[in-house]
Amino acid sequence: MQTITQRLANPTQFMQLSARILPWVAGAAAAIIAYGLYLSFFDSPPDYQQGETVRIMYIHVPSAWVAMAAYALIAISAFGLLVFRHPLADVSAKAAAPIGAVFTFLALVTGSLWGRPTWGTYWVWDARLTSVLILFFLYLGLIALRSSIEDETLASKLTAILALVGVVMLPIIKFSVEFGNTLHQGASILRAGGSTIDPAIELPLLVMALGFTLMFVALHLKAMRNEVLRRRVKALQMAEVERAQAGRLAAAE
Amino acid sequence: MDLGPHAVFIWSAYGVTALVLAGLIAWLVFDGRAQERRLADLAARGVKRRSDRSANS
Repeated sequence: MQTITQRLANPTQFMQLSARILPWVAGAAAAIIAYGLYLSFFDSPPDYQQGETVRIMYIHVPSAWVAMAAYALIAISAFGLLVFRHPLADVSAKAAAPIGAVFTFLALVTGSLWGRPTWGTYWVWDARLTSVLILFFLYLGLIALRSSIEDETLASKLTAILALVGVVMLPIIKFSVEFGNTLHQGASILRAGGSTIDPAIELPLLVMALGFTLMFVALHLKAMRNEVLRRRVKALQMAEVERAQAGRLAAAE
Repeated sequence: MDLGPHAVFIWSAYGVTALVLAGLIAWLVFDGRAQERRLADLAARGVKRRSDRSANS
């Protein structure tokens, strides 16, 4: 009996399984986000201090969570590649990087648009905002490093090492609001002593967070499928070239 | 729906998010189609994976 990771280690089995799962995950993500948007705009009150701008939280916080979760996934995949040489680990790491970069970008932009009316400024160089900006550059660094090295095996190993070094950013981001002098509010949900958010505002946030997480899973599965196909194309093109060269050699003899 | 004096910030945040995510989804869909087209082109030229060749024979 194979474990799920062993079954998924076979790219062909991954392609079959992901083709079946993907439409359901994408559909569930769309439905939950639609419900979350309804709650965000029509079934949640304005905040007593921030007024209507609290509605930006329903996309800002899920984007930031997914941005960090995507990096954690890249780090786990990097570990899977370097230690276990799992055949799909590098596919997973490569596929997650641009998606993680997009969600980090969204966290920064929506945070900035939320900061202007609530703090009076779009940007401040404090610990939380700066550490998330570094995470964004780290994502870009992973993408740039990989694309700058032609040898894919070497590129995957070097990118995996950078990804594991960069994992230090995750606790820095998480705790930056505790130790830094910051305008950003402290943890309100994932904190010792439980959530401090009113349920009327917490429900749409959690629904949107679930929707964004499922959307990330769907996007990641799709990106992984694309990457498996890209590697198949490359392998077949190499085989075609080798066959043509062998044919020319045979004709010359 | 009245979102108050800061409505432009709220709509901008949602607008940017929708636009960027739509772009990401479109890129992934078109990239997938491009890879499938390349595989189909190779298959049309008789270049197939071993598993595909054995399945067809």
